[in-house]
Amino acid sequence: MAEQSRSPENPTRRRFLGYLIAAPTLAVGVTWAAGGLGEDAAEAAIPSPPQPEDLFDLGDLQNLAALPTSGLIAVQVNEDGTASFALHRCEVGQGITTTVAMLIAEELDLPVEKINVTLSDARPELLMNQLTGGSNSVRSIYTPVRTASAIARQQLVRTAAARWGVPENEVATRDGVLSHKSGRTATYGSLATAAASDRTIQVTVDLKAAADFRVLGKPHNRIDARDIVTGRKQFGMDLRVPDAKPCMVRRPPTINGTVRTVHNMAEVKAMPGITDVAVVTYGVAVRGETFGQCIDALRALEVDWRPGTVAGESDATVLAKLKKAQLPMAVPPLGSISVDAEFTFAFASNAPLEPDNAIADVRSDRAEIWSTLKVPIDAQQDIARQLGLPQDKVVVHVVPGGGSFGRHLFHDVAAEAAEISQKMGKPVKLSWSRTDDFRQGRTHPMSVSKVRATYLLGNVLTYEQRHASTETDFSHGLGEMITSTAAELPIAGNYSFAQTVFLLSQSVPYNFGVVTQLLNEIPLKFNTGSMRNIYSPNVVTAMELVVDRLAAKMRKDPVAFRREFLKDKRLRAVLDKAVEVGQWGRTMPKGTAQGIALHAEYRGAVAMLLEIDCRPEIVNRPIEHGVTGPRVTKATIVVDAGLPLNPRGLEAQMIGCLNDGIALALTSSLHIKDGIPLEGSWDDYFYTRQWNTPPEVEVVVLPPTSDTPSGAGELGVAPAFAATACAYARATGTMPTSFPINHGTLGFEPFPLQPSTPQSPTDGLDHTF
Amino acid sequence: MPQHTFTLNGTQVTVEVADDVRLLWVLRDILGVMGPKYGCGLNVCKSCTSHINGKAFNPCAVPVSQIKESDEITTIEGLPATVGRELHPMQEAWLEEDVSQCGYCQPGQIMAAVALVRKVREEGRAITDDDLDGLRNICRCGTYQRIRTAIKKGESRM
Ligand code: FES
Ligand code: FES
Repeated sequence: MAEQSRSPENPTRRRFLGYLIAAPTLAVGVTWAAGGLGEDAAEAAIPSPPQPEDLFDLGDLQNLAALPTSGLIAVQVNEDGTASFALHRCEVGQGITTTVAMLIAEELDLPVEKINVTLSDARPELLMNQLTGGSNSVRSIYTPVRTASAIARQQLVRTAAARWGVPENEVATRDGVLSHKSGRTATYGSLATAAASDRTIQVTVDLKAAADFRVLGKPHNRIDARDIVTGRKQFGMDLRVPDAKPCMVRRPPTINGTVRTVHNMAEVKAMPGITDVAVVTYGVAVRGETFGQCIDALRALEVDWRPGTVAGESDATVLAKLKKAQLPMAVPPLGSISVDAEFTFAFASNAPLEPDNAIADVRSDRAEIWSTLKVPIDAQQDIARQLGLPQDKVVVHVVPGGGSFGRHLFHDVAAEAAEISQKMGKPVKLSWSRTDDFRQGRTHPMSVSKVRATYLLGNVLTYEQRHASTETDFSHGLGEMITSTAAELPIAGNYSFAQTVFLLSQSVPYNFGVVTQLLNEIPLKFNTGSMRNIYSPNVVTAMELVVDRLAAKMRKDPVAFRREFLKDKRLRAVLDKAVEVGQWGRTMPKGTAQGIALHAEYRGAVAMLLEIDCRPEIVNRPIEHGVTGPRVTKATIVVDAGLPLNPRGLEAQMIGCLNDGIALALTSSLHIKDGIPLEGSWDDYFYTRQWNTPPEVEVVVLPPTSDTPSGAGELGVAPAFAATACAYARATGTMPTSFPINHGTLGFEPFPLQPSTPQSPTDGLDHTF
Repeated sequence: MPQHTFTLNGTQVTVEVADDVRLLWVLRDILGVMGPKYGCGLNVCKSCTSHINGKAFNPCAVPVSQIKESDEITTIEGLPATVGRELHPMQEAWLEEDVSQCGYCQPGQIMAAVALVRKVREEGRAITDDDLDGLRNICRCGTYQRIRTAIKKGESRM
């Protein structure tokens, strides 16, 4: 491939602005974020006027809020020829660090392997720009990171040109080396100091056109893969902070219960390995030499509890409240020309595999925290307030997480670690137990979606959806963004934040005449939070099941029907591709069927065509302590991610979304009984396992359809859930109305509620293989 | 305090700790070997999977007193040395297939995969889809499909 030689003054391109920062080696900061905004309003082939999500989605809102402060991020070139970048986002498995390394590699002409991406500490000056969520990371970083990298390259070129006495446009760069046709060469490392600026000055630069990309758009493996497979990648609990000893908490038998009395504090403190015991807001903390001894100690505590915030609530009481809270439909039921359906979605857990954990070292005049935090500034503010310290005396380090799925938008565990460290006067390494994570951790709350659609003479006249949910907590700081940018939103009225998120993330992609989708929330004090793809999985599943029902009533094939009513050409394209690759309509045995579903969000579009097997021999496969049931046997996923930056990572995200959607449809839920979930481990909370997952999966990444990337980390959950549900309905001849479909039967013996963490087994050696 | 001696990743170690402390905590909290992860402590999630005398087991469910002096414990850190290479073929397959997402489950997945290949070899056969279906390790990021492909690739090179 030809070496890269770019004119710095190409008038046909947009120029981007940044700063050379005064520093010992070359450093470039960016003050101006561009791109990602208002790329296209959906073309809105009326009869249905565009809904808010079509005009302006949640990611756009976050991009807008990111504008004034993006400039403070910096790319640095080091003397060893590497480049560094402290990313103001959190890596939790979505691959953001790999994508960012690719962005830098592209514009800097440096191999990906030479780029170190670390996670930035909480930086209050970045305001809401330091938030990982809503699948917006890549979308809002895309232009600023490339700009900083391009300026760094330009400065290296200028430095070499000056040194060699040649015109800048004769200096080429490739793989971290500058060269001139005269044969002179220099490595980036050798010029890193010479290229540094002694004062901060403003410069402008051109960015590469997408057509010239050499790194972006090509599959790239994860930059942390080797550390992962060798066990070297460090998660929170793997960090060694002096004297931060293991710590766990005995917790109440209801959500948010509190301690009335502890009868044997002194006795427990004297147990082997235990150093401290302290009463905290939601339980009793123990600190010791090993986590195993902490488990022994917390189990030995004798505690009387006060009831928690939802002590009287169970699945049935919440469901009754939701049904009562349902907003009315505008159109009356019209018998033979309407489809009416109501769907219930059980509580679901966003717990990752790594239990919530944090290290805290709180002193009288300062504090230091290590945790996986997607909104670290919010955590820093809250923890400072809680500890009675000035915000700048609380250092918050962001640690890569073993998954997130919404859990790390909140800093519950970091705040608790800080409280414990302050009370004990010692550093602590706090881990929630697996059971704590399911029973006291945040949940995606139960919701009920009611749909009514009417049709006449081959047209759908109205589509109404009323979604009632238990309150979802968005207090992680997004609220500030909304208040500061609300005026610019093309929506009228006084929406609550949840309603705003709902409206911005939902839309009906079909020409269904008069369309309304409304949310109502009931204020129940469960610990809630967003889960991957927020409202979409439930809302879209209800919609796609009704779409199949409408198609059947109007005697049309589900694919032909969708094609006829779709308003978006990108959705039509992914649908057509999925139909072709997944062989829609192929003959299948009785008890098995295909299902198809579509979803557009975060400026991306996905179609999933799944096949399910609901025959008794599959449903009743015996697996010890395992849930079987129907199995999705094959999946075809077609994704249009706008400008796919790393197709390999995108494919991985789609596979992850697929397994999430299957779990939500078939097996994974929390059963609430008397104020607490019964689930205590992974054989209870039944996320997809190897025996549930389709052996055959094909992901098709469509070529670029845009010059900006879409969000991808969550995009596939809704269509996977919906396609599984639609396939199930077609295979069994019954439309499921309650999810997951096995929620009605409790497939496990719950761990006792007290002590709150079960003892570890001792028979491990009987189960070797 | 009782002493416990065993071989860990090729080196003999002795620890002083109460008998009933599960081996996972001895490895992580006392010996600082962080490859085996805590995901449940209940022998369910399998993220702590390691090897005892070449067989897969879950140290969260084994009190340290049950480990004999002659026992050889291998964690992900010690896996490459069992084949005298920088990376075990299963780890290489994992890299080629770009299996990992967050990575938390992956040390356990790889250790389980290696043990599974050895087990079916002893039975004189190759890994089947049913064998793969039988792996209990949770991956909450849902990397199952790439795990299946990588295991087959790793098997062919072991
Ligand atoms: S931590 Fe050992 S099986 Fe889960
Ligand atoms: S890669 Fe995250 S749990 Fe498996």
